[in-house]
Amino acid sequence: MSVDRSALPALGPDPTFRFPAIAKRTLASGMRVWTVEQRAVPLTTLLWLLPVGAAADPAGQPGLAALVGDLLDEGAGDRSALEVHETLSRLGARLDTDVGADATTLTLTVLSRNLDRALELLAELVCRPRFDAEEFERVRERRLHRLVQLRDLPPAVADRVFLELLYPGHPYGHLAVGTEASLRRFTVDDVRAFHRRAYAASRATLIVAGDGEQDQLAAAAARAFDGAALGAAADVVDAAAIPPPDPPGTRIALVDRPGAAQSELRIGRVATSRHSPDYHALLVLNMVVGGQFVSRVNLNLREEKGYTYGVRSSFDFRRGPGPFVLQMSVQTDVTRAAIEESLREIDAVRADRPVEPRELDIARAALIRGYPRSFETAPQIARACAQLALYELADDYFTQFVPRVQAVAAEDVTRAAHRYLSGDGLVTLVVGDRERTLADLERIGQGPVTQLSLPA
Amino acid sequence: MLSIPFVSETLENGLDVIVHEDRRCPIVAVNVWYHVGSKNEQVGRTGFAHLFEHLMFEGSVHHDRGYFHPLQEAGAALNGSTNADRTNYWEVVPVNALDLALWLESDRMGYLLPALTGAKFRNQRDVVLNERRQNYENRPYGLATMALVAALYPADHPYHWLTIGSADDLRASSLEEAQAFLARYYHPRNASLTLAGDVEAGRAMELARRYFGEIAPGPEVPPVMAAAPALAREARLRLDDQVELPRLYLAWHSPKLFAEGDAELDLVADLLGNGKTSRLYRALVYERRIATEVAASQNSRELSSFFQIVATAAPGHPLAELDAAVSEEIARLQASGPDEGEMERASAQAEAHFVQRLQTVGGFGGKSDQLNAYNVFLGAPGHFERDLARYRAATAASLERAAAAYLAPDARVALSVVPRGRADLALAGAEPATVS
Repeated sequence: MSVDRSALPALGPDPTFRFPAIAKRTLASGMRVWTVEQRAVPLTTLLWLLPVGAAADPAGQPGLAALVGDLLDEGAGDRSALEVHETLSRLGARLDTDVGADATTLTLTVLSRNLDRALELLAELVCRPRFDAEEFERVRERRLHRLVQLRDLPPAVADRVFLELLYPGHPYGHLAVGTEASLRRFTVDDVRAFHRRAYAASRATLIVAGDGEQDQLAAAAARAFDGAALGAAADVVDAAAIPPPDPPGTRIALVDRPGAAQSELRIGRVATSRHSPDYHALLVLNMVVGGQFVSRVNLNLREEKGYTYGVRSSFDFRRGPGPFVLQMSVQTDVTRAAIEESLREIDAVRADRPVEPRELDIARAALIRGYPRSFETAPQIARACAQLALYELADDYFTQFVPRVQAVAAEDVTRAAHRYLSGDGLVTLVVGDRERTLADLERIGQGPVTQLSLPA
Repeated sequence: MLSIPFVSETLENGLDVIVHEDRRCPIVAVNVWYHVGSKNEQVGRTGFAHLFEHLMFEGSVHHDRGYFHPLQEAGAALNGSTNADRTNYWEVVPVNALDLALWLESDRMGYLLPALTGAKFRNQRDVVLNERRQNYENRPYGLATMALVAALYPADHPYHWLTIGSADDLRASSLEEAQAFLARYYHPRNASLTLAGDVEAGRAMELARRYFGEIAPGPEVPPVMAAAPALAREARLRLDDQVELPRLYLAWHSPKLFAEGDAELDLVADLLGNGKTSRLYRALVYERRIATEVAASQNSRELSSFFQIVATAAPGHPLAELDAAVSEEIARLQASGPDEGEMERASAQAEAHFVQRLQTVGGFGGKSDQLNAYNVFLGAPGHFERDLARYRAATAASLERAAAAYLAPDARVALSVVPRGRADLALAGAEPATVS
């Protein structure tokens, strides 16, 4: 039978998707333990979530939460820093520590037969880190070197300066990595104090996803963590409780990078939180604007004009109001054109070119139909559970996701665009060659260009 | 037992088809390898295989529009990549979009040529030139690997250039050359198709036959030959870059992919430079604090591999100090091999690494990609177990032998990347490197 190539084959009915059941219990310490069975391969993922991240850095101490996270595996309990890592290797385990704006997570994926020993090690890392003065100095120095290197990376410079522009004086106004000035001021006592205040059992959730029965997984977790001492929760900065900053005075800014072959761009503004009732409409809106290859901005700037290797936009949903950011790197001589096109696209989706029915279908379909593949592996399932825990979502959230996206109508998208993509507070940042771009940038109509130097 | 079970068949037009069932998640991975990479390019026309990869997403005769649209609307993830040896394309689709993905993949395998226009060609050439600026020219240390391979391999060796190619070559390339390249390399005889996921093997094979069976076979592609490269002495080079911290790159020729010693050197790389228990991390970063980071890798390829060590200096430490410390660790390994604890950890890590490779059906490095890799490079899709066996068979003695045989101090490339105006931080006697 020959293939009919006159039309693309129709899709069959969408497969049904069900998120696996989560079993929950709370240990005497107040720590929550969630378990999910995922029996595909003999691996188990442990994810320890603390809903305290870089936004909880005390005032004047940006980078403290990340430094504490970095030091957890540099000696804990009876093990020195090297012994911690020798143990990890022997267990065939891989540890990732991530400190984001809202949370600190430790993720360990381990051969299932080593589950008990991995849990025991994880409990030591989070409950009994040593914070030795010598390791503290070493890690601080390493992080200072890292900051020096980030100065060379245009995307890192742009990310940092952009947050400072959007969130002056707000807990979301800095990157987790912090600044050289604050890193130099820290003492090991700052680290110990932050750990004592923030790392409370009653805040934490341990997620175990893998190759075992839920009861067994939970019992193993309880054995490892029951005796583990963590302090009572003390107050830390809560970004969600602090109102978002006023729209910044600067509308366009430039960080000079003499001789740069490309301009690194950020265009965006403060948007909304993960709890926004417009959350699903915003996901759809983002798919239309810049959230996928076939989005308006990418098709325009990459596929039609060839200005850039690629453009992406996203709403960074957080516990408090996170930013909307459109980002790209463009060749220097089209910097102005790329910015003007981007601003035009952002404006158009609110005004003269609202989302079309066809675009709406594509955007919703991409979100819905691609959904099952986000839940294929144990690490994916564990990360999904962490979203539920961090944002306090219902257990059936992932099962509800598809009908909720399906229910998003064109009016919802347009309304969300009006509310969160209006020109108010929209900021453009260029990291690039001043000599070759400044005169052009002045003519974009975003007012005078604020010139910034590379931050220390 | 760890393995990736499969069935396979070669269609009459020469296309290899491999199917692996994994019914856990309602998705199917479609993965196509073409056995063509930058090693198939000619001097003066580098960057072509990768540029061509871009053109594969721009539409074919029966769907002469963007390749992404219908697939993303169907909920697919998709991408492609090119390296020195091969080009791969993949989609991960919900089960109900398998026909769609096969229709599109087969259309661009069989019917791309008439749809390949000058406008598409020029647009994607611009996109690639932007990719080059973004990922190489405008990135700290971004040109180092280019300088390194140019020194490791002579000008006429197919590994002398990187996949991204030279900007001048890209600008000079023409639509006619793209068309000729297509006819020569992009056809069933030079391709391998793997389907992995929530589909019954018999049905998957039937679908593969239906969509791909009608495509004309294409000419035989002779294997690329190249004389084994050798370094008569150490090559010392210097690259001035917009960086804050100097970085040292050391590279040696090493056994090619799957050859004897390849797995050993992979393990040697782990032992020297992977993670906080590795010897170089301990010596340079942890104890002496003369480096901010260090990494080692065995870069395994079809014609020839290279072993590489990269170390970034801590402020105030010249690269000569790093070189001395690295050389000391290599000499120690060559003299007395790994200890028992190191071998125990290496073996646990290797096992975990292979198990992790079984987690996902699609994407780069997923099960479908691995089946195609083993098929294209060895003609044996089921090589997973024997691949793991290479690592299990390695001993302290075999690692010591491999380190001694291949990491010779006088047959290496040593590249110093230093901040502009700070040639004094480079190794003594380093000559300026040229990159284009």
